[in-house]
Amino acid sequence: MRSLHLLSASGGGFVPPSSNDFIFPSFFGHSQYATKPILLVFLSVLLISIFFILASRKAAIVPSKLQFAGESLYGFVRNDLGRDIIGHEFMRFVPYLFTLFVFILTNNIFGIVPLLQFPTMSHVSFPYVLAIITFVVFHYIGIRKQGIRKYIKDIMFMPGVPKAAYILLTPIEIATYFITRPLTLALRLFANMFAGHLLLLVFILGGDHLLKGVIGLKLISPFAFAFGIGLTFFEFLVQCLQAYIFTLLTALYIAGALADEH
Amino acid sequence: MHSINLAAEKINPLLPHTAELVVGAIAFTLLYLVLRSKVVPMFEKAFTARTEAIQGGMERAEKAQLEAERALRQYTEQLSKARDEAHSLREDARAQGVAIVEELRTKAQEEAGRITAAAHASIEAERQAAIASLRTEVGTIAIELASKIVGESLDDQARASRVVDRFLDDLETATNPTNSNN
Repeated sequence: MRSLHLLSASGGGFVPPSSNDFIFPSFFGHSQYATKPILLVFLSVLLISIFFILASRKAAIVPSKLQFAGESLYGFVRNDLGRDIIGHEFMRFVPYLFTLFVFILTNNIFGIVPLLQFPTMSHVSFPYVLAIITFVVFHYIGIRKQGIRKYIKDIMFMPGVPKAAYILLTPIEIATYFITRPLTLALRLFANMFAGHLLLLVFILGGDHLLKGVIGLKLISPFAFAFGIGLTFFEFLVQCLQAYIFTLLTALYIAGALADEH
Repeated sequence: MHSINLAAEKINPLLPHTAELVVGAIAFTLLYLVLRSKVVPMFEKAFTARTEAIQGGMERAEKAQLEAERALRQYTEQLSKARDEAHSLREDARAQGVAIVEELRTKAQEEAGRITAAAHASIEAERQAAIASLRTEVGTIAIELASKIVGESLDDQARASRVVDRFLDDLETATNPTNSNN
């Protein structure tokens, strides 16, 4: 698509990057399953599997560098996100939290990996899928743990508040548990990745466009590129942070569903 | 849903894409299964092994320390026992020494008593012998004196005293012949 824009740009002014830059042509005819984001998602699954299988294969007491790297990531999710938040039942949820974290992290970081350079999570479908899974998981756990009647009752009528407060609280609680939580979970991740990628496009494509302009504009161009590079580091931070936040909130929701009272 | 043919239109980025929903779900499930079955158990195994290794080391150290403490206690016990034994041996020896001295003293006293008694007995016997011999001698002397008195006339006072003096002189020479000249 970019090539299309550039063609038009050569004729007229600068076309700023838009949501259209997030649309990719299929590699094979009109197949919807052969686009760049879909291949990137499969690539991430492949890379993560290979990395962690190699890192964990020996399970040595004194770890190699590779095992140490894998263990550090795993230990971070297991202890800081699983054990510290969920409590004594945490081990059941560690595989899910771990998968969630490395999957989002890898797909986010694809946004600044040279040649790949596209954060898969900026396509809203993927955050939707993950948020739906988390939504199903934490409600399922809550129902299993407390029984469907008590679980729904505790959400609708929060224990320990005056009856009059239910007029306000009940709609808020229902909205929180069934609409806000999954929606914000998905949109927070999507919007961060989408905006970040757009920001990088503005500076890199802008710098590129300036380079084609008159001499004065050519001199400004390096600043645009430098800013783009600086923003790349900033994006790395955001990408890690968003993976962390998504996993953290999932752990908190699971912990809430396991707790006797909300 | 997106369509690549509509590149020029504004696409709503919040609308999901069916293919991506399907792929996202499949890819995530696949990754979850791989990580759960292959990676998590191995990391857990490593964690457990490490914890056990550390705990085992600590337990071994604790055991060694207990053993050392036990040995020390045993040595101390043995040492104090030996000291007690030496002390009692010394006490025994002292007691035995005292007993020996006591026994010797008693024996010596007995001996001394025995000797004294024997001396007394012999003195007494000699005294008795002396008394007996004196008695016979005095009798004899008395008879001798009487006969002398009877034999001579005793009318004269001077004569009589002469006779007695002579008798006494005789008596003196008879009883103490060695000192007769004094």
